[in-house]
Amino acid sequence: MSEADLFMLVRGPLFHAALAIFIFGNIIKFFEILMLGHKPDYAEARGSAVQGGIRTIFSRFIPDAGIWQRATITVIAGYMFHLGLFTVIFLFAPHVLIFQDLLGLKWKALPTQIIDAATLLTMLALLILLMHRLRDPVRCFLSRPCDYLVWSATMLPLITGYLAFHRFGIAPQTLIAVHIFSVEFLLIIFPFTSLTHAFTLFLARYYTGFTAGHRGINA
Amino acid sequence: MLFTHTVAEILEQKGISRRQFLNFCATLASLMALPSTMVAKIASALEQARRPSVIWLSFQECTGCTESLTRSDAPTLEGLILDTISLDYHHTLQAAAGEGAEQARIAAMLSQQNQYILVVDGSVPLGNPGFSTIAGISNHDMLLEVAKNASAIVAVGTCAAFGGLPQAYPNPTGAVAIGDIVLDKPLINIPGCPPIPVVITGVLTHILAFGAIPELDSLKRPKAFYGQSIHDRCYRRPFYDLGLFAENFSDEGARKGWCLYKLGCKGPVTYNACATLKWNASTSFPIEAGHPCLGCSENHFWDGGGFYRAISLPSGNTANTAAYAVTAGLAAGVALGTSNRSRKAQAENEHQIITIHTIDKADKKDKA
Repeated sequence: MSEADLFMLVRGPLFHAALAIFIFGNIIKFFEILMLGHKPDYAEARGSAVQGGIRTIFSRFIPDAGIWQRATITVIAGYMFHLGLFTVIFLFAPHVLIFQDLLGLKWKALPTQIIDAATLLTMLALLILLMHRLRDPVRCFLSRPCDYLVWSATMLPLITGYLAFHRFGIAPQTLIAVHIFSVEFLLIIFPFTSLTHAFTLFLARYYTGFTAGHRGINA
Repeated sequence: MLFTHTVAEILEQKGISRRQFLNFCATLASLMALPSTMVAKIASALEQARRPSVIWLSFQECTGCTESLTRSDAPTLEGLILDTISLDYHHTLQAAAGEGAEQARIAAMLSQQNQYILVVDGSVPLGNPGFSTIAGISNHDMLLEVAKNASAIVAVGTCAAFGGLPQAYPNPTGAVAIGDIVLDKPLINIPGCPPIPVVITGVLTHILAFGAIPELDSLKRPKAFYGQSIHDRCYRRPFYDLGLFAENFSDEGARKGWCLYKLGCKGPVTYNACATLKWNASTSFPIEAGHPCLGCSENHFWDGGGFYRAISLPSGNTANTAAYAVTAGLAAGVALGTSNRSRKAQAENEHQIITIHTIDKADKKDKA
């Protein structure tokens, strides 16, 4: 297979397959969660459950003092990683084009120097989080092979994207093909791993806030 | 002109001064990215080199490569080289026709065995020998016959180097590149649609001066000319880095000369010297004229997913795929959700209330 064939394969059939699995899998997951329903709470409402749900979706973005103290590294590196990943995925010009192609929406991209720095910071944060996971006995004990798979599947697109942008080593077409393939791998495993938290965190927070709001508690 | 004449003698006869000759050698060294210390060696080698015989075969091609070479501005380096080599057979350029032309080819092959350079433009059809013939000989047979005693083969143009347009999907003639047929000879690919003239002559001069082929990349292209991407040498690169793009051919970005990435520019994945050597006596190149690079010096560039589609975009209609996946996901999600609910309801129905009295009763029954 030539470099061009590989490039066309990952841009064509493989991308379509990965996209279809990603969308299909996530929708199924959502329906399974939503259709499970929840037990009716017959107690008299002491506050608005819906307001509580919406409030918690946003309030949980700010870690409370206890979490700051107990998990400082996780909070700092976690924020660094998530913000960096968001910047790299959604604000790099070639990526914006893909969303435009897929959704018909477009927004302004950031200069490549900023994306470059964000990529490095994101990779650094991921490394810190991995080290922390390995060194902390509790986290290490709780980690399963799937957690390391998810970490690797997230790290790979960052590494391959960085290499493709800077054209280190092999031909750029092959580097981009490898980068796209790594993203496709991420899309494929997404609905079947803890990566789904990117979507389900909103459901989970809403549910927590909803039940707490009904009881008049600020969650 | 006899083959015993050296290049220096020929240039002298043409009124080229020593200073002009050394200038030419310096230009060549610069083009091939050689150190300045090589200029004297190139001059010395060229002065003593015998006039090389070149046989040029044209197969499935459009003659654009020959046009590129001959329409270059005169007097130029490429003109100088064309005058210096003995182009013994080129059925577009030669005056002879029919049997006479073929005799010239055979004479050159016999008299310069293992010394002549074979230049080929165009791809070779393997689907049917009759798709492309010269003097009744199929391209495949003529290529093998001439390549047999050639010292080196230069595949000029993307058709010869990679199959090019004739090989584009669905490849009706079964077109293949020269390198797919001739496997036992030194091969240099000079792709481009067409290639830059000075790259063709630069490579021929390199063979002439050093008696060896230049350093090649993995696609057998001379690294001196194909070592850097168009993107890395493009004068519009700063706009890419700043995130400033032309969105269409008539917007503000296009007028201000911003990056053409979004209009499908293949510069980031195309290796060629257009951005540095340029065209038409170094006047400009396609991107400078406001058009995205088509990636013509790369393999399969005709089937690269659309000239005006950005390289980061997937090929095909992703919105359709997404719509199908959403529909299928909704149907499967509702079906699975319903199934889960009915299992839950069934479990609730089958649920038995067990108290400590029930267990006591069961224990007493067992003991009895």
